[in-house]
Amino acid sequence: MQPLVSIADLRVAFNGVPVLRGVDIALQKGEALGLVGESGSGKSVTWLAALGLLPRQAKVAGSVLLDGRQILGAPAAELDQVRGGRIAMIFQDPASALNPVLTIRRQLSEALALHRDLSGETVKAEARRLLDLVGIPDAARRLSAYPHEFSGGQVQRIMIAMALAGNPDLLIADEPTTALDATIQAQILELLSSIRREMGMAMVLISHDLGVVAENCDRVAVMYAGRIVEQAPSHQLFADPVHPYAQGLIGALPPLDGPRRRLTAIPGTVPDPAHMPAGCAFAPRCALAEEPCGLAAPTLVPIANERSVACVRAEASRRALLRIAAE
Amino acid sequence: MGRYFAIRIGRAALTIVLVVTFAFVVLRLSGDPALMILGPEAPPEVLAAFRKAWGLDDPIWAQYFDYFGAIAKGELGRSMRDGRPAIELVLERIPATLALTLPAFFFKVALGIPAGIYAALHRGSGIDRAVMMTAVAGFTVPSFVLALVLVLVFAVQLGWLPSGGQDSWRHAILPIATLSLGGAAVLARFTRSAMLEVLGQPYIRTASAKGVPWRKVVTSHALPNAAIPTVTILGFMVGTLIAGAVVVESVFAWPGVGRLLVVAVANRDLAVVQCILLLVAITMVTSNLIVDFLYGFLDPRLRSKGAHA
Repeated sequence: MQPLVSIADLRVAFNGVPVLRGVDIALQKGEALGLVGESGSGKSVTWLAALGLLPRQAKVAGSVLLDGRQILGAPAAELDQVRGGRIAMIFQDPASALNPVLTIRRQLSEALALHRDLSGETVKAEARRLLDLVGIPDAARRLSAYPHEFSGGQVQRIMIAMALAGNPDLLIADEPTTALDATIQAQILELLSSIRREMGMAMVLISHDLGVVAENCDRVAVMYAGRIVEQAPSHQLFADPVHPYAQGLIGALPPLDGPRRRLTAIPGTVPDPAHMPAGCAFAPRCALAEEPCGLAAPTLVPIANERSVACVRAEASRRALLRIAAE
Repeated sequence: MGRYFAIRIGRAALTIVLVVTFAFVVLRLSGDPALMILGPEAPPEVLAAFRKAWGLDDPIWAQYFDYFGAIAKGELGRSMRDGRPAIELVLERIPATLALTLPAFFFKVALGIPAGIYAALHRGSGIDRAVMMTAVAGFTVPSFVLALVLVLVFAVQLGWLPSGGQDSWRHAILPIATLSLGGAAVLARFTRSAMLEVLGQPYIRTASAKGVPWRKVVTSHALPNAAIPTVTILGFMVGTLIAGAVVVESVFAWPGVGRLLVVAVANRDLAVVQCILLLVAITMVTSNLIVDFLYGFLDPRLRSKGAHA
């Protein structure tokens, strides 16, 4: 089956400093993919680059196919059809993501007019329906309000409504709950999941919160320093992470059941993008690193059905994990 | 909302009273009008009679209350030089000044704002650098220097335009150019930084991510936001329409309010100076009030803040 979106060898550099160093992602229709990693690992940049939303100084190379059509470097008019119409995006800080001087109605109708060819009364009715759908009470009246008159959670709901306005096939949710209170977070995630199921839409959930991703995604890709280091179905990744970095991330999570154990932290810090180590970017922090790790950056290779990992020490890493589990 | 504006109007009135008071005190402490007008050789009896006639012998606080009492009745006093009502002298000069400042205001806006927007949208380009260099030059060079350079080039060297006076529309070109260039430079720089600030905001990225074409992102998302800080500087420029050409009028011997002010101050012609200052204070304060109203109109966040205040 042809993937909905397939990204191949996507590379981005800001002022000559590479921040994305060859990313490959294939996304099926209706699939929910989680993208995890520390800030600066390239999660957001991947999708901003794919949609041509990075500043002009950014150098982007590689390939992004949507239904088999190249959209990387496509003409502006074509990209404008894709953005919002095929692939919509919502952002981390909802309060500043909406235009403060335009009413909610204007901002919603704009998307409806662009992608749905609606006008006049139908726009108004559809805008109301969307606000209802995302759970904004008293939608008819609230349409003429401005963003600052809503709470953070409500603004994120409005952002979601705006993203849905174009009936997209894929929604990129870039840290959609990071700026919100814990109780609101759960509501927004629940809303995203239920809308996704109803509309049969694919979703990429970008987050540094592993728990959020585990609950809401079919598949997870772990990013480190501008590359994907491991890809696996969610439950498999959490049960049995292979890449030492993925192991480290999951080891840093408190277990919900079983005996209490000491949480482990990953030593060291993410390398500076301007001074990347020659081989595997994680090698300097990796307990299992050996000589070959420093020679060449490992590529993502399949290790099982639907699973791939970029680590020359994958076997050793897996054995180490089994040993820990056995003890 | 009503309260928001009531507070501002109250503050505006207070500002006018303070300006007038300040001018009153400083003028009276800075020299004897009788000596200035009649000259140091005038006989003492004449000086005394002059002081008595204009009430200059009264204690300063009595003069002050007389002055405000007269203003309340709509009387702004008479010129000590020729005895005509000061307001008449000032009003007959206003058309000449507006003949310079209104076209200059138009050119400032028509040149400065588009240049600033263009520079912001093409940040780092050759045109951006050229606009910014011109802008820096435009507001670092004082207007009298610019005026003299223009006279030197266009009147003295090329002989295309007259260097002073008010005989035809050609006489207005150099003064208007002097006023426009500096103001356009300030506006261009201000507009550019306001636009750059706005273009970096997350909601601009949201609009692009929604599929809004870039042209429309600029016109319907960026410009309305960038207008808010730009209006401040525009308001200030409206405030200088009456008395913003003091230097330029003096250089080009243009008989406007600004030149009247310079002459009146030199002569300590109290009523005329006070009348002009009162007028300037009123235009400044009024344009600030208009800016406040416009803020409320342009920025919905301020509107509701006012409602809750």
